[in-house]
Amino acid sequence: MLYSDKVMDHFQHPRNLGKMEDADGIGEVGNAKCGDIMKIYIKVEDDIITDVSFNTFGCGSAIASSSMATEMIRGKPISEALALTNKAVAEALDGLPAHKMHCSVLAEEAVRAAVENYYESQRRL
Amino acid sequence: MQIYADNAATTKMSKAVIDTMAECMKNIYGNPSSIHSLGQQAAEQLAKDRESIARILGAEPSEIIFTSGGSEADNQAIRSAALWGKKNGKMHLISTAFEHHAVLHTLKKLEAEGFLVTLLPVHEDGIVQMEDLRAAVREDTALVSVMFANNEIGTIQPISEIGAFCREAGIIFHSDAVQAAGHVRIDVKEMNIDMLALSAHKFCGPKGVGALYVRKGMPVYPLIEGGAQERGRRGGTENIPGIAGMAKAFALAAKKMEENGVRERKMRDALIAGLSEIPHARLNGDAARRLPGNVNFCFEGIEGESLLLLLDAKGIGASSGSACTSGSLDPSHVLLAIGLPHEVAHGSLRLTLSAENTMEEVAYMITEIAAVVEYLRSISPVWEELEKGEREHVIQ
Repeated sequence: MLYSDKVMDHFQHPRNLGKMEDADGIGEVGNAKCGDIMKIYIKVEDDIITDVSFNTFGCGSAIASSSMATEMIRGKPISEALALTNKAVAEALDGLPAHKMHCSVLAEEAVRAAVENYYESQRRL
Repeated sequence: MQIYADNAATTKMSKAVIDTMAECMKNIYGNPSSIHSLGQQAAEQLAKDRESIARILGAEPSEIIFTSGGSEADNQAIRSAALWGKKNGKMHLISTAFEHHAVLHTLKKLEAEGFLVTLLPVHEDGIVQMEDLRAAVREDTALVSVMFANNEIGTIQPISEIGAFCREAGIIFHSDAVQAAGHVRIDVKEMNIDMLALSAHKFCGPKGVGALYVRKGMPVYPLIEGGAQERGRRGGTENIPGIAGMAKAFALAAKKMEENGVRERKMRDALIAGLSEIPHARLNGDAARRLPGNVNFCFEGIEGESLLLLLDAKGIGASSGSACTSGSLDPSHVLLAIGLPHEVAHGSLRLTLSAENTMEEVAYMITEIAAVVEYLRSISPVWEELEKGEREHVIQ
């Protein structure tokens, strides 16, 4: 098989899937030309990520990486979300094929982008 | 339901082919180069198979060289023509932008060796135009290599016209017929083809065996040095069971070509009609001038690999030209050659049918594909932008 059982599970049954209408922060990374776009939505209360969801255009590992990354930051302090690495996402998925590692990088970047977007909106308030 | 719709990748061998090969392996194990009876028995089998394949193509048995498959046959044809060109001061080679990599990568190597290569455009319909060919030809053109039918979008090229033109112009004409052989009629003499590559596993034969037709008098040089097998044109003991399997499969395919073609076209057209109902979807390549079993669609806003994985979970085996399935960052060069932008090419789906598929399967595929496309769009930020009008639809 191309992917681990964990990847297939998160691909076929993605956690935290869907758009969030009242998100406090939204991070979008990647581009359609390359075939991957990840969009992560977060809800923040007292520096804790209380809710998170995602939408992804991309391959199986892109969808699985988004799903896993949202699981890993749900209920966590922002500082922990910012410390999330692509390696940790890939390991939690029991590994990704070498040419798919960039999907886990996108997940890390999408989480960071969502947090940055949250900080920006806070500064505007 | 388990549906195999990836017959352009490879086909299932029939029992008759497997039996022929098993018989051959059990009983005809001699080396055709040996003088003794067992060897001569193998030599006779080989001659019989060569004759059978040649007859179907309208060729002479001596014009058939057995190879390890289509890629080797393409490599040998192109390298032979190029070497002949070099000896005769003709360093220009013409092909098309959407050839198989066995052709394109060989040409790339030759380019680095000093040859000049022109790749003809294939336009939105996926068909080479004669005026482009006429305009590209130069005094020093040694070779024109145009595939008989494309492996991804199935479009059939104007082979007879290209053949007549090349013969008149004194240019070697090679055609990669790997996808076409056994599925549409090929007559190398009538179509003025000088070289033609075919591969057994694309017409229900075994993997690892193919053939190169080289018209008598055309230059041909071995890629593999060795013994005097194949009249010195390909070293190495012949793959007797593989060749027997190929000959059997090719004969069966030729016999049932008409009947299978009618069946496949009916299913193909029903599939095309059904998938066309999906919004912002399009058929890639000309609808009529295509292989009987080939369907290739693009669905905007989704990515091909995730589509394939979800279809696989529903029992449908298909293929895509997305970057993720090609192992590179770019989507299929074929889809880019027919003018599709990257983001649309990523969302392609190829379904290639055989006569073993059924209309019931076609109906199931239409329903399941529509559902999977809808689901993937519902989770796609690209689709969201398209729907909001923040991104423009490429497919209306």
